Amino acid sequence: MFLFSQARQYVEQYQDEKRIFRLKEHRILFIFGLLIAFLFVPFVGPDYLFNAILVPFLVLALAGLGLNILTGYTGQLSLGAAAFMAVGAFATYNLELRIPQLPLLVSIFLGGIIAALAGIVVGLPSLRIKGFYLIVSTLAAQFFVPWLFTQYGWFTNNNASGVITAPRMEILGYSINSPVGHYLLTLSTVVVLTVLARNLINSQYGRNFRAVRDMETAAITIGIPVSQTKLLAFAISSFYLGIAGALWAFAYLGTIEADGLDLNRSFQILFIIIIGGLGSLTGSFLGAAFIVLLPILLSVLGQAVFGQAIDQALLQNLQKIIFGGLIIYFLIKEPEGLSRLLRNLYHRLRKWPLRY
Amino acid sequence: MKLFKSLWFWLVVVAIALIAIVFVTKKDKQNPPEQKQQAATEQQTQLSDKNAQYFPLQSYRVGPYAAGGTGFFGGFIDYMKAVNAKGGVNGVKLVWSECETEYVVEKGVECYERLKNGLNGAPAAATNPLSVGIAYATLERSTKDKLPLITINHGRTDSTDGRVFPYVFPLQLNPYSEVSAIINYLGQQSGSLEKLKGKKIVVLYHGSPYGKETIPVIEILSKKYGFEVTNIEVPHPGNEQQSQWLNIRRIQPDWVILRGWGVMNPVALKTAQKVGYPTNKIIGNIWSNSEEDAAPAGAAANGFISITTHPSGTNFPILQEIKQLVIDKGQSDLADTNRFGTVYYNLGVVNGILNVEAVRVAQNKFGKRPLTGEEVRWGFEHINLTEARLKELGAYGLVQPLKLTCEDHEGGGAVRFQQWDGKEWKVISDWVQADRALLRPIIEQSSEKYAKEQGIKIRDCATEE
Amino acid sequence: MSFFLEVLLGGTLAGVMYSLVAIGFVLIYRASGVFNFAQGSLVLFSALTFVNLTERGIPFVVAFIVTLFVIFVLVLLIDALILKHLINRSVITLFMATLGLSYVIEGLAQTVWGTQVHGLDLGISDAPINFFGIMLSKFDLFATGIAGTLVIILSLLFSKTRFGISLRAVADDPLAAQSVGIRLNHIWILVWTVAGFVALVAGLLWGARLGVQFSLSLVVLKALPVLIIGGFTSIAGAILAGLIVGATEKLAEIYLGGIIGSGIENWFPYVLAILFLLVYPTGLFGQKQVTRV
Repeated sequence: MFLFSQARQYVEQYQDEKRIFRLKEHRILFIFGLLIAFLFVPFVGPDYLFNAILVPFLVLALAGLGLNILTGYTGQLSLGAAAFMAVGAFATYNLELRIPQLPLLVSIFLGGIIAALAGIVVGLPSLRIKGFYLIVSTLAAQFFVPWLFTQYGWFTNNNASGVITAPRMEILGYSINSPVGHYLLTLSTVVVLTVLARNLINSQYGRNFRAVRDMETAAITIGIPVSQTKLLAFAISSFYLGIAGALWAFAYLGTIEADGLDLNRSFQILFIIIIGGLGSLTGSFLGAAFIVLLPILLSVLGQAVFGQAIDQALLQNLQKIIFGGLIIYFLIKEPEGLSRLLRNLYHRLRKWPLRY
Repeated sequence: MKLFKSLWFWLVVVAIALIAIVFVTKKDKQNPPEQKQQAATEQQTQLSDKNAQYFPLQSYRVGPYAAGGTGFFGGFIDYMKAVNAKGGVNGVKLVWSECETEYVVEKGVECYERLKNGLNGAPAAATNPLSVGIAYATLERSTKDKLPLITINHGRTDSTDGRVFPYVFPLQLNPYSEVSAIINYLGQQSGSLEKLKGKKIVVLYHGSPYGKETIPVIEILSKKYGFEVTNIEVPHPGNEQQSQWLNIRRIQPDWVILRGWGVMNPVALKTAQKVGYPTNKIIGNIWSNSEEDAAPAGAAANGFISITTHPSGTNFPILQEIKQLVIDKGQSDLADTNRFGTVYYNLGVVNGILNVEAVRVAQNKFGKRPLTGEEVRWGFEHINLTEARLKELGAYGLVQPLKLTCEDHEGGGAVRFQQWDGKEWKVISDWVQADRALLRPIIEQSSEKYAKEQGIKIRDCATEE
Repeated sequence: MSFFLEVLLGGTLAGVMYSLVAIGFVLIYRASGVFNFAQGSLVLFSALTFVNLTERGIPFVVAFIVTLFVIFVLVLLIDALILKHLINRSVITLFMATLGLSYVIEGLAQTVWGTQVHGLDLGISDAPINFFGIMLSKFDLFATGIAGTLVIILSLLFSKTRFGISLRAVADDPLAAQSVGIRLNHIWILVWTVAGFVALVAGLLWGARLGVQFSLSLVVLKALPVLIIGGFTSIAGAILAGLIVGATEKLAEIYLGGIIGSGIENWFPYVLAILFLLVYPTGLFGQKQVTRV
């Protein structure tokens, strides 16, 4: 009922089935939203919003997208997401350092490719190992990659402490080193990659992914090339994670430290897709928003309600408990996560005042 | 009516509203700066939140390093409370707020961004994250925002060169000085530095940037004095060290320098006992020197030596003041007041003394009011803690004499050695100075390389006042 | 040569400690098919509870029993709030639920008992004894003894008691077990409590070695390769795999580490696990899984 009706918008051709947004109004709203994000927010946002909320939200959403392709759509549980982010970050740094003629965007893209190659290597055991035992492969990567980068000084340009500062960034001569610049770079990358991911999921490859997830033996029986599908999933997922890692290092923190992308980060990304909804692209965004905003909200709330008297340690532990509790709650009540909840809400609104 | 049902209509309305907001906020951005300056120049005699200097605290009270964090920030906060109880800094009240980082880098960055603008109008003086990772991540931001970043007893070694890092201060001791001072002490113990020739030293370090920071300088020192050095890494977090210590036993070094952090320290001591290496030949560095590092190892820690820039204990006038004004009134920040006087607590107090002294020195120049970060930086660069001044502050013996300048953001570089006797640390040596003349060229080389990489113009300290 | 033997034996004994933690996993997996990632936080929680009780002056045995009781209550809560609602879900869902649970237990443990480091003294020192020229730690030998006793107790439990046989029935075929009249819920609660008991023992031993503090829950990361190599369903596999992992880890650190760089202890067990899995896809003694369409 609200604002627009679905009347007279039928799918008549196959191409229309594959479109990202079926309704014309959805497309208009999406573009309008993009315009707001690109044009309005940079003018009015305070620095804190960009530096501490929007950029990490976008980067984590991208990482969640990547992991979702692997775990949500293809069913291969991976605990090594942060390792691929680290590969992407270090690869981009080294490319920028050693081949300074490369434009920034090309280095980021190549960093993603290198991460994809690493993903294929890590995904190889999945051809033989099935089910739960697969976590060992990604965990091995998760512990091996930080060790590799801290052990061999070549990766960090022989920096004594192993922490590198990201070099100045510029695109086509314009310096993008301000918070707004970081934000716009991240936003454009994420939008482009999300559209690509959506199209991928809607294609034959996406259907192959879901077939492998739902019942692998049946997929083999009807002739889907399962090994190639799995490796492709690993590769694409790592590509996304690698780019997310490069953005994490360059656009958000400004430093690249292998220890910052450790097992806890992998768990965080896993939580993003669980809370957001496994197998849902909007779910990655919702989960990332949740994970970025919840700690800040709790901290601000704690200070507002208790003032200085609140014990920080207590607050932190409470946050951990709330996190864990929410994961369990979502798994029990709504296994498809926030995206399903929001979709239900949206549909109820559309049909209001009718019920069904 | 049909207009109201059209999607385009509502989109146009929203667009017009947003454009209006953009114009309004553009105008607003020009107004507030004028108001801030007016508030800052008012002076009031009573301590009030309107006339306050703010210290943002990126503290960590949970996670694997909680013991260090709770002690350090407890000491810092207690000192500030004591200063407030005595009338503030020339009438300016000290205020602070905490933001939990859990020692995780991006939380530290988020806290920094949230708190850097001050609290209710009180401008921020300096940040004290007590974490190498967070310091690295906020280094550029601090320089851009003109807010001093204090990394007491640790930090990025080349930030000692204030010409390239005007806003970063590794107060008292940087990692290179730490190692150099230990070698000088070992030289003393052997009779003289020349007698170190041919001896074997093992450095057991934590597998993290902090642990690796000093490998180059120990190699340089080993070449200079002719001793053999082996660097052995313990992967984070350091729960298992058996192979490393078996290796050490095979090498049979004369000393082991322990550069640990957190759980690595007690495990190292226990494993040393297990392989039979004598504890009194293990020298711990500045982050392996607290009660929380030695006590969990039980009897295995007896005889463990470590360095400290300040003794533990409560026998100093300033600490007695804190006890009187804060602890006995039940207002201490510590959950367990038995930790009063422990190493981390005293480090927090020392940090407080140095931060407040910088504010005081800057106030003498700029006026007795809340100061901006830039002014506090001037204050830090002109800290001159002579013995007389230390006696005035009640910290003689607790803090070493310290003189900072524009080029030298470290100031001290001297340590004392203490030994664990099962219950507490007992100081066993006098001040041992690091070889700063040897270290300075290395530091300058590294900082100049950084300046070139990042395109920073090196300050000319002679021309600044 | 004696150095090699020393590293080998020392590593093997250290591996026993890993096995202790892995046994807890195996118990729960066999009975309910749940891979309980929260075992690590259970270790932390039980050790913290015990230490705080003994520090308040309560004698050892009483504190032990009280901690067991607390674990039992915790298990009841877990069953009522979580396990009951997740009965027919996929393995991944259950795993992620236990992941969330581990966060909750960790946060709870630190809220209730604080974040201080506690030393734990079991009365056995770490001083080495000389065994034909090789130094073996007294503590490690003590731990091995405890582990052996535990395994004997558990195997007696499984073969001689009614509960044990019910457990094996449930592991074999839950539906058939129910039709014979075995209350699944009761079995699960009991198994989780036994796993909690194992976690308590492991927590005490690890706590005596490391001190009781937050990184205790990280020992689970070392137990995972042990679990994977030994197979999720076999206690004997867990013990054997623990010995293998302990020994190879230390040997690799010293010999391989000299060549490719130190600090490989963290990832070497995992790479070893991958190699094992390529040959034995379900671990050394794990059950083969048959998939049907």
